[in-house]
Amino acid sequence: MKTWKSILPLIAAVAVLAVTCAVPDSAAHPSAKRPYFALLVVGVALLAAAAFLLGLIRPGFRARYAEKAPFLSGLLTFLCILNLLTAKMATLPVLYFPSLDRVFGVLIEDAPFLGACLLYSLRIQLTGWICGAAAGCLTGVAIGFSRRVRYWVYPLVRVLGPIPSTAWVPLVLVSFPTMVSASAFLIALAVWFPTTILTSSGIASIPNAYFEAAATLGASGRYTILRVGIPAAMPSMFIGLFNGTTASFITLITAEMLGAKYGIGWYINWQKDMMAYANVYAGLIVMSVSCYGMITLLFRVRDRLLVWQKGVIKW
Amino acid sequence: MVGEIALSGVGKRYENPQGETVAALYGVDLRIEPGSFVSLIGPSGCGKSTMLRLIAGLIAPDEGTLTLDGARLSKPGSDRGFMFQEHTLFPWLSIYENVAFGLRARGIYHADEVQALLRLVGLEGFEKYYPHQLSGGMCQRAALARALAGRPKVLLLDEPLGALDAFTRMNIQDELLRIWREQRMTMVMVTHDVDEAVYLSDQIVVMTPRPGRITRIVPVKLAHPRARSSDDFLHCRAEVLRLLDFGGVVQEPDYYL
Repeated sequence: MKTWKSILPLIAAVAVLAVTCAVPDSAAHPSAKRPYFALLVVGVALLAAAAFLLGLIRPGFRARYAEKAPFLSGLLTFLCILNLLTAKMATLPVLYFPSLDRVFGVLIEDAPFLGACLLYSLRIQLTGWICGAAAGCLTGVAIGFSRRVRYWVYPLVRVLGPIPSTAWVPLVLVSFPTMVSASAFLIALAVWFPTTILTSSGIASIPNAYFEAAATLGASGRYTILRVGIPAAMPSMFIGLFNGTTASFITLITAEMLGAKYGIGWYINWQKDMMAYANVYAGLIVMSVSCYGMITLLFRVRDRLLVWQKGVIKW
Repeated sequence: MVGEIALSGVGKRYENPQGETVAALYGVDLRIEPGSFVSLIGPSGCGKSTMLRLIAGLIAPDEGTLTLDGARLSKPGSDRGFMFQEHTLFPWLSIYENVAFGLRARGIYHADEVQALLRLVGLEGFEKYYPHQLSGGMCQRAALARALAGRPKVLLLDEPLGALDAFTRMNIQDELLRIWREQRMTMVMVTHDVDEAVYLSDQIVVMTPRPGRITRIVPVKLAHPRARSSDDFLHCRAEVLRLLDFGGVVQEPDYYL
């Protein structure tokens, strides 16, 4: 049974390849430099064959691969249908739904430029995220443990936080010297708010018994905050960081569309203005992969630090 | 010997949800001999947990004073170890780190002491496990080891075995007795199980509610190990039960001769 499952992607890849080669390209689409889609499917077929052969030798790998196999086959089928609808039969409007060959072509041929845009965006994103996360954790802990800080700062958090960061753009543009720093600040703001709220409410919901236990064990106030309060609030803190991260992606793209001269959001917008939708999709793919990568990294860190938690959010 | 606890005229009031003042404890005088095992028993609302928490320093009395070896008690401290009803182990720390917590907090950490404590409660080999991976009984043993770290003068136990099954409870009762005889610290335990109180304690403090006060102190003059079904045991048990039945309204007899 498992063997049958693990051969599925190979069969799907070969079938897709056959269909792609058999059906002629529609004349409505401008041709790409090379048949990138067919090349991709050939590559996938080779990988599927290798995985299948490896699965014959190693049962552990085969079990894991067999679990993913139907999904991969479905994905290949979906891409094949997409290719049929666009490049082969031109059912979808040619302008807004370019062929997969052209999209992959942009990814490969424009790779240096896309890479530079991505790095530019990442620089802003990471600067803003680190500042926002640090500020959020500090503010949250301060509000959680100090009554005075809570009294003065919490109302400010509740009023300023919910404002979408991009609404601050006019104010931020005149306050910050460069576009980079302005965008980084907006991202920091987007990360700061959910992190603060969830950290402080995480601290507020720590069972009092933990603090009592620490007190009866002779721990000082400061030791208790550092070694009991913060670890106990960490699950909540990570949920806040997760929310903040997804909010930061939105803020980054909106900030770039509003006035940047570089970056992946600006690239997508610029290509859209020029009606080059193949490039738009290529940019979206790049962004999807990097956003997925960042969230996965966040969860890997969480799984490391919170090894004791079975996970409220599963990623 | 150290660990003498004295309560003098202690009172504690609470406001219930209806806004009325309830006297959880009123006019309590008690002297606990150093090195003795004392149980506090009584129906709910009699103030036994309140008294334990006052001794621990987790709450402050409204009237009266509490002293430990003559020094006034006001805040929690490492001289009084506490065992909670739920094990309250820190879930982000391994068993080893949980037991070592108090020692590290006070800067007196020694690896041998932690290992010795784990051996004492029978958890050797489970150092790297996390609380969520262990059963309730094992977690309570780890909580006991954690409370014993740093050699407190007094060990306060707030119904620690209430959430466990009968067999685990009996096992840990024997372990408590063994540890108590080895280390001879004062033990004050709140329980609602009369058998447990008679099995473990030198003295049983029977309390009644409204207002919370001590009805009587029943001495248990039985030699260890105590047989749970011996005549003396059952006699003592009957006496405590009789006192508890009279904890509320005094029964009017049906007729007078």
